[in-house]
Amino acid sequence: MSLGPAEVKNIAHLARLAIDEDLIPEYAKNLSGILALVEQMNAVDTEGVEPMAHPMDATQRLRPDVVTETNQRERFQRIAPATEAGLYLVPRVIE
Amino acid sequence: MEWETVIGLEVHVQLLTRSKIFSGASTAYGAEPNTQACAVDLGLPGVLPVLNEEAVRMAVKFGLAIGAEVAPRSVFARKNYFYPDLPKGYQISQYELPIVARGHLDIDLEDGTTKRIGITRAHLEEDAGKSLHEDFAGMTGIDLNRAGTPLLEIVSEPDLRSAKEAVAYLKKLHSLVMYLEICDGNMQEGSFRCDANVSVRRKGDPKFGTRVEIKNVNSFRFVERAINYEVERQIELLESGGKVVQETRLYDANRDETRSMRTKEEANDYRYFPDPDLLPVVVDAELLARVRETLPELPDAKRQRFMEEYGLNQYDATVLTATRELADYYEHVVRESGGLAKPAANWVMVELAGALNKSGLELRDSPVTPQMLGQLLKRIQDGTISGKIAKEVFEAMWNGEGEPDEIIEKRGLKQVTDVAAIEALVDQVIAANPAQVEQYRAGKDKVLGFFVGQVMKASGGKANPAQLNELLRKKLGPAGG
Amino acid sequence: MHDKTIAELSAALQAGEFSALELTQHLLARIEARNGDVNAFITVTPELALEAAKAADAARARGEAGPLTGIPIAHKDLFCTDGVRTSCGSKMLDNFISPYDATVVERLKVAGTVMLGKTNMDEFAMGSSNETSYYGPAKNPWDPQRVPGGSSGGSAAAVAARLVPGVTGSDTGGSIRQPAALCGISGLKPTYGRVSRYGMVAFASSLDQGGPMARNAEDLALLLNAMAGFDPKDSTCIDRPVPDYTARLAASIKGLKIGLPKEYFSEGLDADVAKVIDAAIEEFRRLGAEFKEVSLPNVKLSVPAYYVIAPAEASSNLSRYDGVRFGYRCENPRDLEDMYKRSRGEGFGAEVKRRILVGTYALSAGYYDAYYRKAQQVRRLIREDFVKAFAEVDMLLGPTTPDVAFRLGEMVDDPVRMYLTDVYTIAVNLAGLPAMSIPAGFAKGMPVGLQLIGRDFDEARLLNAAHKYQQVTDWHNACPPGFE
Repeated sequence: MSLGPAEVKNIAHLARLAIDEDLIPEYAKNLSGILALVEQMNAVDTEGVEPMAHPMDATQRLRPDVVTETNQRERFQRIAPATEAGLYLVPRVIE
Repeated sequence: MEWETVIGLEVHVQLLTRSKIFSGASTAYGAEPNTQACAVDLGLPGVLPVLNEEAVRMAVKFGLAIGAEVAPRSVFARKNYFYPDLPKGYQISQYELPIVARGHLDIDLEDGTTKRIGITRAHLEEDAGKSLHEDFAGMTGIDLNRAGTPLLEIVSEPDLRSAKEAVAYLKKLHSLVMYLEICDGNMQEGSFRCDANVSVRRKGDPKFGTRVEIKNVNSFRFVERAINYEVERQIELLESGGKVVQETRLYDANRDETRSMRTKEEANDYRYFPDPDLLPVVVDAELLARVRETLPELPDAKRQRFMEEYGLNQYDATVLTATRELADYYEHVVRESGGLAKPAANWVMVELAGALNKSGLELRDSPVTPQMLGQLLKRIQDGTISGKIAKEVFEAMWNGEGEPDEIIEKRGLKQVTDVAAIEALVDQVIAANPAQVEQYRAGKDKVLGFFVGQVMKASGGKANPAQLNELLRKKLGPAGG
Repeated sequence: MHDKTIAELSAALQAGEFSALELTQHLLARIEARNGDVNAFITVTPELALEAAKAADAARARGEAGPLTGIPIAHKDLFCTDGVRTSCGSKMLDNFISPYDATVVERLKVAGTVMLGKTNMDEFAMGSSNETSYYGPAKNPWDPQRVPGGSSGGSAAAVAARLVPGVTGSDTGGSIRQPAALCGISGLKPTYGRVSRYGMVAFASSLDQGGPMARNAEDLALLLNAMAGFDPKDSTCIDRPVPDYTARLAASIKGLKIGLPKEYFSEGLDADVAKVIDAAIEEFRRLGAEFKEVSLPNVKLSVPAYYVIAPAEASSNLSRYDGVRFGYRCENPRDLEDMYKRSRGEGFGAEVKRRILVGTYALSAGYYDAYYRKAQQVRRLIREDFVKAFAEVDMLLGPTTPDVAFRLGEMVDDPVRMYLTDVYTIAVNLAGLPAMSIPAGFAKGMPVGLQLIGRDFDEARLLNAAHKYQQVTDWHNACPPGFE
């Protein structure tokens, strides 16, 4: 599978990444190279093989329903780009 | 042209856990913005989710209650999209392997029949935060307190054929999750939210029409209105030769209309994949058995029992089992009254419901407890007071004047059953009304009512009516000489 | 002092030869003087270090010292450190002062270690050369024209340059073992689930594993003792007792069955590197180990499978860097969309963007089964190969890398060629196994790493074999010229 500029743009939009227009061919080339590498997997038949989620095939541990966290808003918002009245601020969201 | 409406509902139920689904932050409603958003909820670099055991139990409980298959192994997946109130850039949800699948709910139709509605699946996921669009110098404010609150998304089959059926299903589901004590059912606070998939097709057409998803229909009334509006819009469109576009529409309650949010082409590519930070969730036989033990009597079974055990008709049984709280209240009254099932039903449905309605109080805040009401019914039954006086006592109880016996005593409402006392009053009345005595003896036996009224009045309503009648007849002699 | 190992320092501190404060002051001065040569540190934390050193000395005075009390260490800059910048080598997190400690950081703190600072790394651990760091590449102390490897390149360079005796690293596809090999130090990637990932900024969650890097196996055992163990905050962490990894170090390895995967000795392996590995095999034979050739037929698919799984998970893990709650936000965003795209476009470097794009593509509608699911299936086949091999042998041995450190800039334009240099390390991450790299000699004047791969949770046996080897060899004591 080789990717063209239009596909790169579409993927970049999905990933919300601004990419320089003039670098798109470069990305398309690199991504196509990676996909060619990846497609070597097709050489092996994996019919009926259970995908591996955890090497030990462990299962999910459950946490007791207990409130353990306290308010740390000030601490957390000290590193935020923009806040007001305890809220994180972002450019206006249009619904 | 005859059209058929096809509706499927997706309901998001906030589970009543103390802490969030993947973190130890509180789920309490109404806190100051972002004071209940911990490092995990904020998606800080490096944090990891750990699943809340209670959320799993609640999902399993729901699965058992709708006769569904509870998956022995279910998997959390990431639903990837960007939105400011979605802190990690993905929502942890379940996709290919939900925890609950293939259940059903029976709803009552207006013609008295019941209809089985299929429930495709119910899966666990985390809620997002809230975007506040008030003006912060042209910016939107983000509150992440709600982020990570556990949700059970319940998806029905497209089995509903009218807005009324949709509402009946929603009400039934609402009642069920509250019965199960897995949701507080508070629709204003968003604990029970609904999206509707609506399409229309020509009657007899085996294929479904193009469906439209309506978001944000969060009251029973709005669901009905939004669906009706949408059905009309689609039929009009099709009849005028147009086509329904697959899209997401938002219901605007103020204008009573739906409007387009995004079309299928603009829909997100969510790039679901199993969340590598979480492992498959295993529900084994032991957990299943333990949850089964906590399952309460379900609404349908309870209604059936009320009809059989208390001799109630279907309507009364339905009303009294509408919520677990009301059913419990009723049964408590019955027990307290020594088994006065029918009077208890009347008093709960008429006097109590009326008083609650008038005062705008919830049942749990009722000043009249089931013990008090049960005692009151007992006093009617044993002749201490009449039904009419009982209403006065009820009102006094409502106003906080105390227990029924206390009120009866304090206000001196006890029926006079002392024969001598009633006899004295009867003699007085007879002596004071010779003309009426004449009439009675002449055969006008209707005059007896006059005497009853007079004696009652003189007794302040406390004379025992049966006793009084008997005494009057004896004193006045046989009517019609 | 700086030429001593952790075990030696521990003994010296206990003997009162010098204090933790003196040791810390010495190393801080050395970092100040020499870090410029290797660019191993992104952040140095002298105040915190001096304070921790004093506390360590006080603990020792109270008789409360453990083996790591007062031992200076550094953390790879993807372990969250409360109150200290945790940059992940990225502009995106250049301003990110972590408000909490990673579990590993907390455990090493409790053990009494003294953090000197945070080490350089490939941006978000994506790279094999440290060249993708926003803070410039760390350099190989053996030859500053060459890369130290990656992504834990700063950690490896810091130990090799004797700036700090032990460091933490993380290994997603070889990021501990490969730089350890290229810089001539020892590094251990524990079994997946052995060390908590909580607070270790995620690259690819199902592959990432934190581990120690130091001069020799004994030091690794001391560090791992503190790092390993169950953490209720990490769902993928395994609840299993932690042995004392130092206890079995000196045990005989007579009769130890070691497998030589033939795929690790095939074309692509540099001839000079092969010679070094052959000599190491002879050394192990003299120690009583028995060798047997084994085959891992599916490991050839490990690089392709890895370059689906790792970017796919990374594309999602890195979605949280959106300019809303922390990290970089672009100047004057026009609207929300612009804020997302420019913050991420400007905050991430080229390699990170490349991998996000690959991962996004692999997960997008219609491709999930062909890529991600397929890769997870291949992953199981690879693990099964190892399980089969371990039915016959106790551990596997081979080269860590096909060649010695390459030159800075040599591969930046050819990502796929660079990816293929991780061919011997990646399969281990896919299978979740423990593995380590130890110095085994030199080729072309540069260090060569020997890789040992163990069964699940068999770290103690790996450390034992490595320690026995290091008792009869001196490669791990070799110091880069100019850093004595």
